[in-house]
Amino acid sequence: MAMIKVHGHHLSTATRLVLCCLEEKQVDYELAFVDLSAGDHKQPQYLALNPFGVVPSIQDGDLTLFESRAVIKYLATKYRGQGTELLGNNVSEQALVDQWCEVEGQSFNPPASTILFQTFVVPIKGGRTDEAVVKMNVEKVVKVLDIYEERLSKSKYLAGDFFSLADLQHLPCTEYLINGCGKGDVISSRKHVKAWWKDISSRPVEESH
Amino acid sequence: MAAIKVHGFHASTATNMVLCCLNEKQVEYDFVLVDLLTGAHKKPQYLALNPFGVVPTIQDGDLTLFESRAILRYLAQKFKGQGTDLLGSTLSEEALVYQWCEVEGQSFNPPVSTIVSQILVVPRRGGSTDEAAVEMNIEKLGKVLDIYEERLSKSKYLAGDFFSLADLQHLPHTHYLVNACGKGDLISSRKHVNAWWEDISSRPTWQKVAENMKVN
Repeated sequence: MAMIKVHGHHLSTATRLVLCCLEEKQVDYELAFVDLSAGDHKQPQYLALNPFGVVPSIQDGDLTLFESRAVIKYLATKYRGQGTELLGNNVSEQALVDQWCEVEGQSFNPPASTILFQTFVVPIKGGRTDEAVVKMNVEKVVKVLDIYEERLSKSKYLAGDFFSLADLQHLPCTEYLINGCGKGDVISSRKHVKAWWKDISSRPVEESH
Repeated sequence: MAAIKVHGFHASTATNMVLCCLNEKQVEYDFVLVDLLTGAHKKPQYLALNPFGVVPTIQDGDLTLFESRAILRYLAQKFKGQGTDLLGSTLSEEALVYQWCEVEGQSFNPPVSTIVSQILVVPRRGGSTDEAAVEMNIEKLGKVLDIYEERLSKSKYLAGDFFSLADLQHLPHTHYLVNACGKGDLISSRKHVNAWWEDISSRPTWQKVAENMKVN
C-alpha cells in the first residue's frame, strides 16, 4: 500500500501538527516539500491539491485532504487501535476532545498565530513587527490560558485524564510562542498550564522535531 | 431518558446551528434561554457550564458540552442511524465532511461573522458600522466563495453529493448575510453557490430554526 504523502513545509505549524499526529499513530509517511518562499503553494500544481493554497495537504490513496485539524481527526479515526489513542475511549470522551480542539481552533489559535505572524512573517516580507498588535493578542491568549489554568487544575489534560488531539493541536504554535517569540512567561506563570506544557512537550514524538 | 438541554439564545448563529442539527437528527430537546441582552452568559451560573461565557452549551445526561461545531459532531455520531446522515457513508467521506467543516470554521466564519457583527450588532449596541472593515471582509469572503463556486460546480454539496454537517454549518451566518445584511449578491452572483444556498436553506429542518432569527 502506498505511503501517506504529506505536502507541506517543515517549519509550518499546521504541517508539524500533522507530522506529530502521524508519528503518534505510528504511521509511515513521505514528506513532499512545498517551498513557501518560492511561492509553490500558489502554483497550479499545488492548488490542484488544495484550492486554498495553504499547507499541508495529504494524499492517502484516492483521498486528498487538507485543513490540518481535519487531517488529524481522519488519522486518529482511521488508525484507531494503533499507536497512541488520541480520541478518548467513548463517545462522551471523544466529544470533549472535539470541544477542546474547537477551543484551540477558535479561541487559542487566532491570537497565538497572529503573534507568530507579526514576529516571524512580517519581517521576512520586509515589514516591521507591530508591537501593539502583538500586545493586544498576548492579552487575548492570556485570557484563554486563564481558563486553561482552571481546567488543568482539575484535569491532567484538556479533554480529561488522557492525552488527546486537543493537547496535540496546541504543540506547534505554543512551541514557537515560547522559543521564537519570547512569550514563554504566559505559560510558565501559570502553574497547571506549565505542568501540562512540560508534559506534552516532552513526549518522545514531540522532542524529535 | 431526559431530553438534551440546549442553553442558548434565539438569535445566536451558533445556537441555531445546534438546533438545526437536532432537527435533522430527529432528537428531542429542551431549550433554556440564556438572555445575552441581560448578560446572563457572563454570570457564574452559566460560566459553570461554559467558562468561555458564550452560547450554546448542551447537557446530555452527565455530559456538558460547548463549542457548536463539537456539539454537531457529537450529535451526528451519537445519533448515527436516525434522522439525516450528516457524516457521509465511508471514512473518506467523513474526512471530507471534516475538511469542509474546518474550511467553514477557519476561512468562511471569520469574515462573515465580522460583516454580520458590524452591520447587525454594533449599531444595536450604540456604535457605528465600520464600513472599511465590512468592505475588507466582503473581499475576503468573496475569495472564499470563489473557491466554493469551483467546488460546487463539481459537487452537489461541499463534501460530496450528500448533505452533511459541512453544509449545515454555513446556514445561520449565511441566513443573516442574505436576509438581514443586504449582502445577498455575494451568494446570488455565483451560480453554483446560489443553487447550493437555495437547496440547503429550503430544508424544512432549517426553515423551522430560521423563524427564531427574524431581524427587525
